[in-house]
Amino acid sequence: MGRAALPVAMAVAAGAVLLLALGRDPVAFGGAILRNGLTTAVGLEQTIIRMAPLLLMGTGFIVAFQAGLWNIGGDGQFLMAAALVGGLGPPLVASLPVWAAWVVLCGIGCLAGAAWTLVPAFLKAWYGMNEIITSLMMAMIGINLANVLIKGPFLSEKTTVPQTDVVAWVDRLPYLPGTRIHVGIVVAVVVLLLVHLMQTRTAYGLRLRVLGVNRRAALHAGLPVKRDIMTAFALSGGLIGLAAAVEVLGVWGYVRADWNPAFGITLFALVFLAELNVLATIPLVFFFAVVSIGGHAAALQTRLPSDFLLLLIGLVLLFMVLTRWLRSRRRASGTGLALPPSGEAS
Amino acid sequence: MLLVELQGVTKTFRDVVAVDAVDLNLRGGEVHCLLGENGAGKSTLMNVLAGVYVPDRGSVLLGGRPVRLTCPRDAIDLGIGMVRQHSNLVPTFTVLENLMLGAEGGIRLRTSTAERMFADLSARLGVQIDHDVEAGRLALGQQQQVEIIKALWREPKVLILDEPTSMLSPQGIRDLERVLVELKRQGLAIVFITHKLHEAIDVADRVSVMRRGRVVDTIGPERLRSATRQEIQTEIVALMFPQDAASVAQLPELSEALSPSGQAPPPTGPSLLEIDRVVVPGERGEVGIWRPLSLTVHAGEVVGVAGVDGSGQGPLAEAIAGQRPITAGDVRLSGRSLVHLDVRARQRLGLRYVTDDREGEGLVGPLPISLNLLLKRIGTAPCWRYGFVRQDHVEANARQLLSTFGIDVDIRASAETLSGGTMQKTLLARELSFNPSVVVFNKPTHGLDVKTTVAVRAHIRELVQNGAAALVVSTDLEELLQLCDRIAVLAGGSLAGVVANRPGAGREVGMLMVGGARSA
Repeated sequence: MGRAALPVAMAVAAGAVLLLALGRDPVAFGGAILRNGLTTAVGLEQTIIRMAPLLLMGTGFIVAFQAGLWNIGGDGQFLMAAALVGGLGPPLVASLPVWAAWVVLCGIGCLAGAAWTLVPAFLKAWYGMNEIITSLMMAMIGINLANVLIKGPFLSEKTTVPQTDVVAWVDRLPYLPGTRIHVGIVVAVVVLLLVHLMQTRTAYGLRLRVLGVNRRAALHAGLPVKRDIMTAFALSGGLIGLAAAVEVLGVWGYVRADWNPAFGITLFALVFLAELNVLATIPLVFFFAVVSIGGHAAALQTRLPSDFLLLLIGLVLLFMVLTRWLRSRRRASGTGLALPPSGEAS
Repeated sequence: MLLVELQGVTKTFRDVVAVDAVDLNLRGGEVHCLLGENGAGKSTLMNVLAGVYVPDRGSVLLGGRPVRLTCPRDAIDLGIGMVRQHSNLVPTFTVLENLMLGAEGGIRLRTSTAERMFADLSARLGVQIDHDVEAGRLALGQQQQVEIIKALWREPKVLILDEPTSMLSPQGIRDLERVLVELKRQGLAIVFITHKLHEAIDVADRVSVMRRGRVVDTIGPERLRSATRQEIQTEIVALMFPQDAASVAQLPELSEALSPSGQAPPPTGPSLLEIDRVVVPGERGEVGIWRPLSLTVHAGEVVGVAGVDGSGQGPLAEAIAGQRPITAGDVRLSGRSLVHLDVRARQRLGLRYVTDDREGEGLVGPLPISLNLLLKRIGTAPCWRYGFVRQDHVEANARQLLSTFGIDVDIRASAETLSGGTMQKTLLARELSFNPSVVVFNKPTHGLDVKTTVAVRAHIRELVQNGAAALVVSTDLEELLQLCDRIAVLAGGSLAGVVANRPGAGREVGMLMVGGARSA
């Protein structure tokens, strides 16, 4: 994870330069970020709340990416799950004991996310179709279908803003005692650890890893590749759907039309910085959450558009690619070659 | 006429000295053989001349003038062409596109000129390849033929051939020798890298023996012409293997080409593997088995599968292993049909497959040896319980296998750090353990050093002595003649014949390989 420090530092430096160019004080800005995101109780709470869906969704991405499956359509899975949870939340909460409703709704979220991976997973497993394209297409469908659902069958008649009915505050996920942080963060961490356990200690995790490193070797070894592709995709979508359920049930209680936090895009950078290791996502997501929450407030205070934050994330990705490329060039130049030497000597 | 001088060339990779202060002279109109074991530094030295590696010390002179070669382009522009062991063709381009790649010619690709050049060079080399085929669909041997044409495309003054005969049939080798004679007449300086001594003696005007990065000695044309073949052979063996000369003299690479093993046929047991009128589809343009093929392998028997690379051996091996479906016929193991069983199920019944693609298919690079040894048993007891791994069992299993097969590596070392020989031994350790009954080997000693080659062949013999059966696919005819009791010959996707291993078998196999029908 120390290797992520350099691109992050470079992005911070570039951000500071940009702020100066825009006539703002980078030190004050930085201080505002830390205050609003970390050093105040309210700020820290907000940061941790923001972490819950990110950790779950990041874990979902890593499960697929580690198996060599590029589940790029995560945002579509997220929104489909969110729409269903937001739409079915109020009626279920009304008709079931609230803890049962939570369990069922989380299940619905998982199923929705998993279901949205079926098409790209099947096409990849049976026909070898590029899952980047198919999952992106499904995402486009999902994002818009979610809106159709919210503006259609799930539309609330109680407000003029197009959104679902609201799950009352008392019926949302409970807080951790003494704080205003909902238990979603606990769910996220527990699930993350379980996934880590699966990846490092189980036969299934090893099979996915082999599949991700070398698909030909997986076939040669007789691993059930088609089955594993389907299950890995489903698990990935399920975790992303769970992230949506946790976010809706913990923070909002409803889903507004055209709402798209687009966590997927920012998570790609974080997930690769973490080198596809779920444990390493924790400090990186924490860092991002601090900057996100603190930066949002800081931007308001300094009258900068909050898009500035996305700019920073983009810079991190850019610098990450640059430092990786420089590192591999330095390693190769030790052999006097532009490419690493191939296997056998002669 | 001195075309190239290498003076004091040294090349080090991290802490390994691959080439150690080597002086070498190349003369026009001469075939200069670089002879040595795998790992001696022959390819590395030539890669310096070809501009791939920049030497740490030393200089390269062309026609007496020192030159700086910083990239392969520099070498090509100066008239140095190289044909490597492994193909560098772009798999999605056609043969013609690969040949035109990088050649001068302005913006418009002059296809007609290229087609004519290709036809001319193909005729001279005896190559029969359609120039419109995608390079990725060609068999390895055919790719090599295209590589030779590609090297000659720019009309080089120096031509370097790195182990060029590894993929060729005996006829193809003779054709290559004819081409070399023609190129010598045109004044080219030819470097012929090989580890096969008899080949060196056959084609070379001058032989430089390399060992551990140094040129041990160079035998000039006068000595090659004056001494007998036997004398030269002894001299070279002593240069290549100062310690093990006696034991190594038995190896087919060193003795006369294509002589039979001379062993009495061993008693054979019941049939273990029956391939019954099998038809295997080739994928993406490769040659499969189009004519129903039948072959039986008995207990205690080693059956070879010979043929020019790309005659259908790979698909056949994969079909037996279960990695590829067959479209007709049956494969039976001890009488039991395997057709509906997947790879894992066949493994459990005792069928094993040692693949030729060690790094690409057989092993998973980033994983440690301990897990690679269990790749085909993931999830099974005792190393896994309820789906969870039991690290102590994994390590115990690894330690036991490594010691049984004489592999001296840390069990946590990742597979990609292993040498070629160690990788092969790891594959053997994996496939030959847990009571194999039939093992299919695909090019088992390809690219290995002498010591490992001897060990691998010993394992194969030991395997069948214990009652199992072996099917050895190889393009190395000498190896098959030394190991096998019978040799099946594939040509162009069908079985051309099966030859018993007796005097004259080599010639018969060679004829069948290029399509001569077998006389009854």
